[in-house]
Amino acid sequence: MTDIIKTDAVIVGAGPVGLFAVFELGLLDIRAHVIDILPRAGGQCTELYPEKPIYDIPGFPLVTGQGLVDNLLEQIEPFHPTFHFNCMVESLEQLGTPEAPLFRVQTDAGDVFEAKTVIIAAGGGSFQPKKPPITGIDSYEGTSVFYAVRKMESFKGKRVLIIGGGDSALDWTLNLQPIAERVTLMHRRDAFRAAPHSVNAMRELVAANKMDFVLGQATSLEGENGVLKAAVVRGEDGKTFELPCDVMMPFFGLTMKLGPIAQWGLNLHEQLIPVDTEKFETNVPGIFAIGDINTYPGKLKLILSGFHEGALAAQKVHRYVYPDKKLLFQYTTSSTSLQKKLGVA
Amino acid sequence: MVTITFVDSTGQSRSVAGEEGSTVMEVAIKNGVPGIDAECGGACACATCHVYVADEWVERLPKAEPMEEDMLDFAHDVRPSSRLSCQIRLRADIDGLVVTTPAKQG
Repeated sequence: MTDIIKTDAVIVGAGPVGLFAVFELGLLDIRAHVIDILPRAGGQCTELYPEKPIYDIPGFPLVTGQGLVDNLLEQIEPFHPTFHFNCMVESLEQLGTPEAPLFRVQTDAGDVFEAKTVIIAAGGGSFQPKKPPITGIDSYEGTSVFYAVRKMESFKGKRVLIIGGGDSALDWTLNLQPIAERVTLMHRRDAFRAAPHSVNAMRELVAANKMDFVLGQATSLEGENGVLKAAVVRGEDGKTFELPCDVMMPFFGLTMKLGPIAQWGLNLHEQLIPVDTEKFETNVPGIFAIGDINTYPGKLKLILSGFHEGALAAQKVHRYVYPDKKLLFQYTTSSTSLQKKLGVA
Repeated sequence: MVTITFVDSTGQSRSVAGEEGSTVMEVAIKNGVPGIDAECGGACACATCHVYVADEWVERLPKAEPMEEDMLDFAHDVRPSSRLSCQIRLRADIDGLVVTTPAKQG
C-alpha cells in the first residue's frame, strides 16, 4: 500500500501555466505537487514547439518554447515543487466540504494524494499517442501493437515493424535493431523529419542488410486473438502486399485528449471547464482550472492569460489552505518576506 | 466569397462559401462540415484536417510546404492528393474546389 501524499495543492499539468502556478502559490507558502503524463516539464511548449519562437510573452521579445520552460523551472526552483511525470490523474474523489475542501487524487501509476485544492492546468488535455485508424487495431494493442516501449527485452526474437518518419520511429528502430530478430522501418516517403544522424545510421544498417526499410502505409492487419502475423501494406506503386511481423509500433505523433477529467463531476462546455473570472474556480469549490483548459466570457488561449489566472486562483487557494490567516498583498520588489521565500534576501 | 465542396467518405457532398484569405479548414469548422477535426486549431501541428483534393484540382493548388509534408506523416492513408486543409487558403482562383474528407482523422 502506497503512502498517501498530503499536500496543499495538486497541479494537474506541468506546462508553462502549471509551472507558474507553483510560483504564485509558493509566494503564499502553499506547497504543490505537479503531475504530468509526459516525461518532462513543459507541456505543449516542449512537446509541440520546443524550437519555435514565441513573441508574446511579456518582457521577452523572443523566447523559444523550451527556453520559456527552462526559465520557468529556474524561477520556481526556490519553491521545490515535487514533479510526478509519466502519470495521469485517474480519479478524483471529494472528501471535504465546500468550506473546507479535501480531495483524494489518484494517478494511474498508483500514487495517492490528499490535497486541499486541485488546480487543473491541463491545456488541451493529456498527450496520448495517436492511433492509426486501422480496423481492428484495438484487438492487438498491448499484445502485438505498441505505442511506447516499456521493456526492450520483450522484443527479443521478434520481427518488429516500426512505422513513421520522426525521431520516435528512428530512435526505436536503432534501439531495437540489435535486440529484435529483424526490424523493418516503414514510412510513406523517403524523407524523414527525424535527426539526420539517426537517418544516416538507419541507412547504413539497411545497406549492411541488418534491417529493412519499406516505403508504404499499413492498411489492415492479419492475425488472430491479439497475435499479429502480418501487416497489409500499400506500397509506393499503390499495390498491396503482406509484410510478416510479430510486433507493430506506429509512431504517428501525439494527440490531446481530455481523458478522465470528464469524470470528476465538473461542469464542461465543449471539452473546456467553465470558471469564474475572480478566482478561476470551477463549479466544485477547491478545484480550479487555469490556462487553455478553462473557458469564460472573453477567454483568450494565451500563455499570458494562464499566468494571470494562476495568480488570482492562488489567492483563493490561500483561503482554503490557511483559513485563519489574513492575506497581505505584497510585491517581490519590496517585501523582505517574499524575498526570503525566493532565497534572495 | 469562394465556394468549396466537401465530399464525405460515403459520397455525400455539401458546398459552403468562405471569405478569401481564410483556410479550407476554417470554412469547414465554421460551417460544421463533418470529417475535419482540426485539433490544433490551424497551427499545422496535428494532421487532423487531412483531405483528399479532387484530381482535377491537385495541380491547381500551390504546392505543400515542407512543414505540411512533414505533418502529413501523422495522417492515415496518405495519397498523392492528400493535403492539410488548414494550409489551403481561399483565393478567387480556387472557387469551386472539391475535397474529400477521410473516413476518420486518426
